[in-house]
Amino acid sequence: MDRKLVEVKGLKKYYPVTAGLLSRHIADVKAVDGVSFHIAEGETLGLVGESGCGKSTLGRTMLRLEEPTSGSICYRGEDITGWDRKELKALRKEMQMIFQDPQSSLDPRMTIGDSIGEALLVHGMKNERERLELVAQLLKQVGLEPEHADRYPHEFSGGQKQRIGIARALAVNPKLIVADEPVSALDVSVQAQILNLMMDLQHSLGLAFLFIAHDLAVIGHVSNRIAVMYLGQIVEMADKAELLCHPLHPYTEALLSAVPVPDPHLERKRIVLQGEVPSPLKPPPGCRFHTRCPRGSKGCSEAEPELAELKPGHFVACHEPG
Amino acid sequence: MDNTILKVKDLKVHFFTRHGVVKAVDGDSFDMRRGESLCLVGESGCGKTTVALSVLRLLDSPPGKIMGGEILYGGDDLLKCPDDRLRQIRGNKIAMIFQDPQSSLNPVFTVGDQIAEQLKLHLKLGHREAMEKSLRLMEQVGIPRAAERINDYPHQFSGGMRQRVMIAAALSCNPEILIADEPTTALDTTVKAQIMDIFRDLKREKNMSILFITHDMGTVAGFADRIVVMYGGRIVETGSALDIFDHPTHPYTRGLLNCLPSVSAIRDRLTPIPGAIPSLINPPKGCVFDPRCECRLPLCATVRPEEVVASGDHTVACHQCAPSVVGEGHKPS
Repeated sequence: MDRKLVEVKGLKKYYPVTAGLLSRHIADVKAVDGVSFHIAEGETLGLVGESGCGKSTLGRTMLRLEEPTSGSICYRGEDITGWDRKELKALRKEMQMIFQDPQSSLDPRMTIGDSIGEALLVHGMKNERERLELVAQLLKQVGLEPEHADRYPHEFSGGQKQRIGIARALAVNPKLIVADEPVSALDVSVQAQILNLMMDLQHSLGLAFLFIAHDLAVIGHVSNRIAVMYLGQIVEMADKAELLCHPLHPYTEALLSAVPVPDPHLERKRIVLQGEVPSPLKPPPGCRFHTRCPRGSKGCSEAEPELAELKPGHFVACHEPG
Repeated sequence: MDNTILKVKDLKVHFFTRHGVVKAVDGDSFDMRRGESLCLVGESGCGKTTVALSVLRLLDSPPGKIMGGEILYGGDDLLKCPDDRLRQIRGNKIAMIFQDPQSSLNPVFTVGDQIAEQLKLHLKLGHREAMEKSLRLMEQVGIPRAAERINDYPHQFSGGMRQRVMIAAALSCNPEILIADEPTTALDTTVKAQIMDIFRDLKREKNMSILFITHDMGTVAGFADRIVVMYGGRIVETGSALDIFDHPTHPYTRGLLNCLPSVSAIRDRLTPIPGAIPSLINPPKGCVFDPRCECRLPLCATVRPEEVVASGDHTVACHQCAPSVVGEGHKPS
């Protein structure tokens, strides 16, 4: 179980900001700024953070859909950071992605059978009959009917479209799926269906997930381990139970205390953070969280805390953890 | 009973679209009491926003059309009163906040101007007075350095700050009723918590009556006095927050509460509601929830259930709870 499927070290992704006629390079948006983690075979790593913290960029960069600025990505021990298009094509069969908005990630003019089959065709399954059979099987696997293959995306509800998105990701038999907010566009009654489906598929196919979401209740439900991101960096990472019961970073604590819980009897200590997330264009010096931190001391605005393993498997980047 | 501040009676709203008539709100009634926070909950397309927009007659028409019913406020039926009377109420006595502060603020006016606009219109304040009051409102909703920011434009504000501006504008004339349509949905978790604190303060300090519309049961639990649950254009259950969370009685309400993922150490399967939300062009004949219901009776497919009292203030529109079906009238949850 604990074999590392993918390992990311010191990953950075900067987007240049340019100005003027000559596109002078004036600054960088530090979307992902020095992130290290691994995902083991068959596990779900939940990545949670507020909008703009870089969680989607991290997922895309890990799949090499974005070029990393620096750092390395290893897949099954092989460094894939420098791989070219041809080498990457083979890798795409191993790593797939599920997107947030199933509406815009399906071509409205292609039947869903064609959309799912396209991945198979690209990866060399030329025999049409085999392809159709496999598409039918995939549709069944995600809880749709084989006859649905001839229909167009607009004939499906949001939840069904997300099932199609999942079927398409599964078509090439991947080992790792990056799921970028896969349920945030869905209603709660449908969201539960999709979360169950993803967990069932993981169980039967041995998939590993990088599950990206802003909703801590969803992340808290599906993950084995959780990584919390703030302004381009991972501030805390641990096993789910450990992170939820013994959060050490003040941001994780605040995030947990701000999750609305559907229980009117619950009286709890709420930590309401002041202010909002600063711009990744000009992250605060020192610890990036110090401008909103309820704990912060003087040193926090000067030195940047390292992500350190304070307990076995529990990583925190904070000068005053606990 | 004099405590009722707003009464919605048998409201029917239809949308006339290319594909047919959508019965977005299909004969709904509820009361709102003075000083309470009433939460209207339901999933997308259940009609909750349409109800809110109907109260102030803000529906786009066409395609929307109010087909019948009454909305009583003070001595007026808001659906029938003349336009100039409605204009005196709208923004002044009943104010509204929308989900997306980006698109509900005008990008070419400063935020100060936009808050002051209603003060000038309804309270007939002069420019200087209105701007002074605007500044106080901005401070009240927690906008830092309000004096510097009053002449900024909406694009210079973050999402959470824009929503604060919207709240300041809505509060400007000290309305009796505040309607908030998914005011925190577009916001991040930590900012959402800040905005919910403002609503709690308004209720506590100003005793404001708030009609709060949301799909998030978590937000509802920490805020609602009473809850109205909608599904497929109809109200399926109404009760106090404790009634709804501790004794959810309609199968839809029970399903909705059961399917929520929670931050917990256990990682097991959720209990989803099977199927999908029906199209309201051809809604199911009897109970709208019938096709997805796990405890349906034969009559559910053909007869629309009437609202019955489960206990005290707690009403449910479900055949399972009708006295003729079960003796005790309250299905254990």
